[in-house]
Amino acid sequence: MNPARKKRLLIILLIVLGVGAAVGLALLALQQNINLFYTPTQIATGEAPKDTRIRAGGLVEKGSLVRDAQSLAVSFRVTDGLHSINIQYQGILPDLFREGQGIVALGRLRAPGLLIADEVLAKHDEQYMPPEVTKALEETGMLKHYEKKGATP
Amino acid sequence: MIPELANLALILALCLAVVQGTVPLVGAWLGAHQWMRLARPLVWGQSALVLFAFLCLAFAFLSDDFSVAYVAHNSNTALPWYYKFSAVWAAHEGSLLLWALTLSGWSVAVSLGSRQLPEEVLARVLAVMGLISVGFLLFLLHTSNPFERLLPYSPDNGRDLNPLLQDFGLIVHPPMLYMGYVGFSVAFAFAIAALLGGRLDAAWARWSRPWTLVAWCFLGVGIVLGSWWAYYELGWGGWWFWDPVENASLMPWLVGTALLHSLAVTEKRGVFKSWTVLLAVAAFSLSLLGTFLVRSGVLTSVHAFATDPERGTFILVFLLIVVGSSLALFAIRAPVVASQVRFGLWSRETLLLVNNLLLVVSTATILLGTLYPLLLDALTGAKLSVGPPYFNALFLPLMAVLLFSLTVGVLVRWKETPWPWLRQMLWPIGLGALVLGGGLELMRESFHWGSLLVYLLAAWVVLGVVRELLDKLRHTGFWGVFRLPLSYWGMHLSHLGLVVCALGIVLSSQESVERDLRMAPTEQVSLGGYRFVFEGTQSIQGPNYRSERATLSVLDDQGELITRLYPEKRLYLVQQMPMTEAGIDAGFTRDLYVALGEPLGDGAWAVRIHIKPFIRWIWLGGLIIALGGLLAALDARYRRVFKTPKLTASEPAPQGA
Repeated sequence: MNPARKKRLLIILLIVLGVGAAVGLALLALQQNINLFYTPTQIATGEAPKDTRIRAGGLVEKGSLVRDAQSLAVSFRVTDGLHSINIQYQGILPDLFREGQGIVALGRLRAPGLLIADEVLAKHDEQYMPPEVTKALEETGMLKHYEKKGATP
Repeated sequence: MIPELANLALILALCLAVVQGTVPLVGAWLGAHQWMRLARPLVWGQSALVLFAFLCLAFAFLSDDFSVAYVAHNSNTALPWYYKFSAVWAAHEGSLLLWALTLSGWSVAVSLGSRQLPEEVLARVLAVMGLISVGFLLFLLHTSNPFERLLPYSPDNGRDLNPLLQDFGLIVHPPMLYMGYVGFSVAFAFAIAALLGGRLDAAWARWSRPWTLVAWCFLGVGIVLGSWWAYYELGWGGWWFWDPVENASLMPWLVGTALLHSLAVTEKRGVFKSWTVLLAVAAFSLSLLGTFLVRSGVLTSVHAFATDPERGTFILVFLLIVVGSSLALFAIRAPVVASQVRFGLWSRETLLLVNNLLLVVSTATILLGTLYPLLLDALTGAKLSVGPPYFNALFLPLMAVLLFSLTVGVLVRWKETPWPWLRQMLWPIGLGALVLGGGLELMRESFHWGSLLVYLLAAWVVLGVVRELLDKLRHTGFWGVFRLPLSYWGMHLSHLGLVVCALGIVLSSQESVERDLRMAPTEQVSLGGYRFVFEGTQSIQGPNYRSERATLSVLDDQGELITRLYPEKRLYLVQQMPMTEAGIDAGFTRDLYVALGEPLGDGAWAVRIHIKPFIRWIWLGGLIIALGGLLAALDARYRRVFKTPKLTASEPAPQGA
């Protein structure tokens, strides 16, 4: 093999190795950092893993929000109509967090039906419902009920 | 009456665009001068019509014409006039109109600024832009007409603009971003024109380069403005969330950066031609993908307002047509334009190839992380999201390697660089970087690998730039500084901007202090050497909102008053929507950032306090990068091109004769 060809082969080999390593790392990082969404029903039936960061969401139950008097700790219940879970969170809730509103919480399940959230998301639009929550409500047949309610406030 | 005229104007513009997209193309193929000459007046006519439609929509907003559905949904009589005007592009329909307007603006710029182009090249470029315009005007008229009426029952008042958008950011961020997105259509059109003509040479790269540079600058500024807006408006104190829509704007920018570097190689050395064409196609396709992601409602995002499957399908089909047809064209024509030029291992060609690989790989990882949830949802129905750790874990190491290779790339010569020479250039830089970077890290209170690495790389790049400059001036002496071309300064400036940005990112994320806490009036808290005193809140009435405004005094160690911050919690009355307005004291070396959470009773509030060192450097760096690009675009050599095309134009004639 002449030197020029050898060098070219070397470069191509390096590129392939580099791209391969990048793809491998990407897939590895992806596996470790996806947060699957679970509905309250899925959590109640034990489908959701414990101690992995997951997303959970639904409608905030009316009258379930409890604030700690001294700190920023809050707890509330989130429902998809069939089941509900308890969510505990420490910090500032988003502007559009309200009872009856669809939200998504990120965190870990600590006990059956108890999610310790490190992030709570509510979207920046009154009419907007997180797609995951829409899906969860669709599955339990709550969506129609909710939309009817929304139409006549 | 006026909205109907505007609608008619859009339909006429579509007709002109169809002619603009076909006749000059056929003319260039047949060599019919009359047909090619049509391109320019058609561009002007089309642009005038689109501009007219745009002005009509703006007029409808400013005159509170709520019989127009789009106005009724996005405006209100109580809205200040400047938000009424910018509400034109606040939602889906209007922002598409802005897209179309921007496209026609770029077309006019090309038709006026490229008089030195050979006739058939200009005809092809403008025709390709006409075809893109056809796609977008069809989209506007078919699925998202901003001029639809609410008749006969038009409301007395509008539903108001989303309060999140009632901000200076809305006035500047979307137009800048769109200038960038759409600007890449020029690079795309040049690439397609070159493929069609079968002449993918250095001249093509030189014509395309200034346009690409300008578009890239706009996109960079747009991204910076978006990041800055998110920082002060969302009330989280974050400046980048790896939100799919942010990714959608970053990806074309990264590929655009690769394209600029690849164009440089193509212009100087005539290699990487096919690669450059692919990058130009990719940059514009990613811009379209961004539009698709934002506009189709497939994403969970602040930017996704409208969910309309028909719109999503349209853009997806359009995207597939654009990508498919350009790749097919590439497959047919690329062998014709293949090149045979050799270069050594230590050459600028190789290093720019490394640059391109790194940028493309990082774009690919972002694309994977952005689309993976969508793909999985479509295939299995599983809902998931990819968290920021994924992006950080991949993007940041790639950028570190990029910064490392940058210095080598700046120093090596075209074609071949003797390794001993390169070695004696590099080792003082490496040594200096170790001393400088290590010293900076020692000055910090705590040790962190990330910041050490960034300090080392920053010093490495800065010293590399200095050494390169000194080497340039070795023969000319100091006064040679004034003879260096603008593009040279632009290059170094952009690279230094990257360093400023990297320093801002690492310092603000490593050193920032933040605390969420409950504060009652007169309560105080010490944080990061500052004392924050909560003085209480008062009610304020805005033009279209009610607000609770808190006053926080910030004192230093000695108890001297530094500043007062006034964070607000607003309630926008029409939509009954609460909004957080952060109180920020901006500084060159640190930002003090206070945002209100919710009221907790007895005058107490949940308060979020951040101290963010050097966060301004992130955006400053971004602006410096864009400024560098602008300088490069203004380089005299792009204006000197005047003579070359005459040469190339007359060249084929003797051959044919």
